[in-house]
Amino acid sequence: MEPLTWSGDLGAFLNPLMLAALAVFVAGFAANFLMTLAGIRAGEMVVNPDHTLSVRRTPVDYALMAMKYAVLLFVLCCVGYILGGALLASPETSGILGGMAARLTPVWIALVILFALSITFKRKLGLYGKLFDSPIGMIGFGLVMFWIFTALFAGMVATHGPIDVISQMRNELPGSPLPSPEDGQYTWYLLGGDNLGRDVFSRMVYGSFEVLKIAPLATLFAFMVGITLGLPAGYYGGRLDTVITFIANLVLAFPVILLFYLLVTPEIVAAGVPNYLSLVLFIFPLLFLVVLFNSRYRTQPPVRNVIVSVVLVAGGLAYLSLISDASDPDLPILFRLWPEALDLFDIPGNLLIVFVSVVFVNSPTVFRIVRGIVLDIKTRDYVAAGQTRGEGPWYIMLWEILPNARGPLIVDFCLRIGYTTILLGTLGFFGLGVSPESPDWGSTINEGRRLLTIYPHPALPPALALMSLVLGLNLLADGLREESLKD
Amino acid sequence: MAFFILRRVGVMALTALCLTFVVFFLTNLYPNLEKLAKTQGNARMTDAEVASWIDRNGYGGPMILRYGEWLGVVPGWLREDPVNGEWRGRCLERGQTPEEAPRYCGLLQGDLGFSTVSDDEVANIIGGRLQLTGILMFWAFAVMVPSALLVGVLAGMKEGSRMDRSLSTLAIGSTATPEYVSGVIFIVLLASSTAGLSPILSELGWIDGRTLFLGSARSAMEDGINFWNFTLPVMTIALYGMGYIARMTRASMAEVMTAQYIRTARLKGVSFRNIVLKHALRNALIAPFTVIMLQFPWLLTGVVIVETLFNYNGFGWTLVQAASNNDIELLLACSIVAVFVVLVTQLISDIGYVFLNPRIRIS
Repeated sequence: MEPLTWSGDLGAFLNPLMLAALAVFVAGFAANFLMTLAGIRAGEMVVNPDHTLSVRRTPVDYALMAMKYAVLLFVLCCVGYILGGALLASPETSGILGGMAARLTPVWIALVILFALSITFKRKLGLYGKLFDSPIGMIGFGLVMFWIFTALFAGMVATHGPIDVISQMRNELPGSPLPSPEDGQYTWYLLGGDNLGRDVFSRMVYGSFEVLKIAPLATLFAFMVGITLGLPAGYYGGRLDTVITFIANLVLAFPVILLFYLLVTPEIVAAGVPNYLSLVLFIFPLLFLVVLFNSRYRTQPPVRNVIVSVVLVAGGLAYLSLISDASDPDLPILFRLWPEALDLFDIPGNLLIVFVSVVFVNSPTVFRIVRGIVLDIKTRDYVAAGQTRGEGPWYIMLWEILPNARGPLIVDFCLRIGYTTILLGTLGFFGLGVSPESPDWGSTINEGRRLLTIYPHPALPPALALMSLVLGLNLLADGLREESLKD
Repeated sequence: MAFFILRRVGVMALTALCLTFVVFFLTNLYPNLEKLAKTQGNARMTDAEVASWIDRNGYGGPMILRYGEWLGVVPGWLREDPVNGEWRGRCLERGQTPEEAPRYCGLLQGDLGFSTVSDDEVANIIGGRLQLTGILMFWAFAVMVPSALLVGVLAGMKEGSRMDRSLSTLAIGSTATPEYVSGVIFIVLLASSTAGLSPILSELGWIDGRTLFLGSARSAMEDGINFWNFTLPVMTIALYGMGYIARMTRASMAEVMTAQYIRTARLKGVSFRNIVLKHALRNALIAPFTVIMLQFPWLLTGVVIVETLFNYNGFGWTLVQAASNNDIELLLACSIVAVFVVLVTQLISDIGYVFLNPRIRIS
């Protein structure tokens, strides 16, 4: 069978168009730049004597217009590839791009539905709805949701398994056909094979699941830790603040990479350091929830007792299941005390270590942000009103201050997921990641870089994927910040 | 002012003490020592032999005392070999007697110990490596800081303008591209003989070699740096840090541009160029100074990644080697340097901020 071309039959028609769009864009940009240097300004609105408005267009306006339509044309061509890929059944006619677009059909459908619904009801959706007023925020949200849906539908999107090896396909170029395809097997490696003969496209797709499984959850935990410590530090101040701030600064002064090497190396894992860390760090979410509900329903003891006990039992069970693993004989005795029967789930050792180190690195920064916001907000009148009403300090912190700090915290949450993704990639890049054959992006880049100058195709897709996800999160954060400032 | 600096230095010393102890503790955990014993002695030692090896080589005893020895405030260990009566000790050169050797030998005496893997004094190894990294950092900063400031000032001088939007998006893009991604993209695009620009350029006869740039900085260590072998590592480091500094500069510049005195200057009819260059710029650059200083610790991670990716045997590369080879003394020295860099830059940024900003200096 012939190897696939990048653009298939569509390319003959769409490629020149895309090139033309690109050329027009570059020409428009250059013209705009030169004219701005030469002192020509864009046209301005003029109020005529008869109270009508008119705009006199200058060459700069035309250059800008050309750039705008070039971008539009480019986007249309991309949509053409996606639609073409979905409509033309075989990748032989639609090429590699079309083939990938066709595999991603469930993602496109989900994205279209999500955007259609959100834009229709955007006025009823609060801050989330306002996101759809900002183009930057929408692009960011689109990128992030693209990867989330890809992760969710990974099983339908991927063409092969993440660790299926076909040894003849080692380092094969994108679009190579399988040597002897079985029935029902996808006949091509869309983005080529890596150095062991695994499908790069499928590994990238499954990698999105690996990354999105850890990053948001780790960030959430880091936020719980940071909030639980930052609220009292900022609110009470004094010696408590000094001590916690000093510890946070200690962790912050540690170069991240050294900390990772110290936490993740096998000898230190064997000594149980990450387990002790998890023992400490994972208690904070539990504490947070208990205090949260306790302070809210303190005045209604029956309700309080029910809610707090439910949280304690469920959270406690999850906490003990999380930190203990009776089946692992290498762990210190402390982590094997909890009976196997009540141990709901075991996290594979490496995953727990990676998770703990990422939470550990992130929480001091969150702590500093929360502390700063609390220092600012605690001088407000509504806090004083709460104090006069006789509310407890934790009620004020969790139900008066925290909700009012949500804006910056949500923005930082988005940014921090991106940062966590980068950290996870760094871990994978140094081979400290979840497991050697895990398809997560950092590990894949690490594997691909050895033969980078000869076979660039295994390392490039995960690198671009990671970049687009982080870019999406950053743009989303930027859009959210802009929209929340408008209030 | 003197009191402020003194207090900062005090806190810094305490932080350094805590951090070095944490590193010491983590690198001297029993499994680490066991592995060290097995690599130094032989791989099939029994547990009892391991224990005796650890004790013989001065790794036994309470952790806090050994930390003191390493720091140089507790006398180094001394042991007489029961078989041949030879003295062994932390401060002893081979063949020295206890009377000739100094009593203390640790960090405070400038003795960083001995690297078990490279078979050399740690101080010798670290010195050369730091110099290599220094060159890399210098060029990275020389590229990163001016371009970041330029981008930030251009974006921030007219908030919300088209230039602001495009430059800000550029800055966001650069913060979203970690070193291991941009490095890979740069190598594929500019330094691969089979992909990217190099084959096209070489076919056209525009470049002499097979690639536009070299994808490895190994030759930069021996033959000296040049445009060909050093551009990609420098660009890779500079790109990730640039976006962040640019965004901070933009925010600071935008804030200054809304200040009262700028409006006054405008109403007086000062030209926009003069407002930006003479009135706004100096005030807008106070905040980025702090950010630039605080970038050092971030760059450390970047340096480790870039040196690994481009095979440049500097400090970051040494750190990775020391950590993966369980070279305890070398790793400790590396972390000292890292912690020192972080703390000193924090101190400089604090003090510099006070000096630069008269409002804080007076109060």
